[in-house]
Amino acid sequence: MAAYEVNGTTVEHDEEGYITNLSEWSKELAEIIAKAEEVDMNEEHWEVVNFLRDYYEEYQIAPAVRVLIKAVKKTMGPEKGSNKYMYELFPYGPAKQACKIAGLPKPTGCI
Amino acid sequence: MSEVKKFLYVNRKAPYGTIYALEALEVVLIGAAFDQDVSLAFLDDGVFQLAKGQNTKGVGIKNFSPTFRALGDYEVTKLYVEKESLDERGLTLDDLLAVTYEDEDDDYEEKPSIRLVSRAEMADLMSTQDVILSF
Repeated sequence: MAAYEVNGTTVEHDEEGYITNLSEWSKELAEIIAKAEEVDMNEEHWEVVNFLRDYYEEYQIAPAVRVLIKAVKKTMGPEKGSNKYMYELFPYGPAKQACKIAGLPKPTGCI
Repeated sequence: MSEVKKFLYVNRKAPYGTIYALEALEVVLIGAAFDQDVSLAFLDDGVFQLAKGQNTKGVGIKNFSPTFRALGDYEVTKLYVEKESLDERGLTLDDLLAVTYEDEDDDYEEKPSIRLVSRAEMADLMSTQDVILSF
């Protein structure tokens, strides 16, 4: 199985790049996954990644895109809770790419 | 856009002895993308799926019960629980998770998703559905 390398240790991931053991996530790993996804992490990216991690912590699922956007809209306002904003941050899909960086499974109900 | 159909997902099994409960929940979450009229029914041991304070440490399986509280975000807002099934297991509504949704048509007021129904009402509910999926 393929793996990411973080400070000399390896973190296994599946064929799509999602890590297999969620507890092995770290901020350093997130930066490494982001680089592989060609996402240059800034504060706005982190805000979404942290939001996803909180959502997972509370509900034990990675939300589908439309659910994520609706939830972001509620807590961070309509400007950030929009398709445009999210796809600018994560061009290959906010739920898919941001979840991968956040160390979560592939979103449930993401079709 | 085709016509909206009434879908009822029937949950009859305890949450962790088999994979049915988790699979049903995943199907509901995936199916929620299709904008149908979705309801969930909980009867027999299925009512245990909604029990508060589940702890799965001893069985080494993820406790997925918090995910029921996300159903409102997926616009799944009707969880029918059969009263007789609760009674037979010594449970009441107070033993169940607080699952709520925000009613867009009522100033986003938070409302309970769980609706207690009798066995007769459950039968009526089933008879009005277009599709019933039993787990």
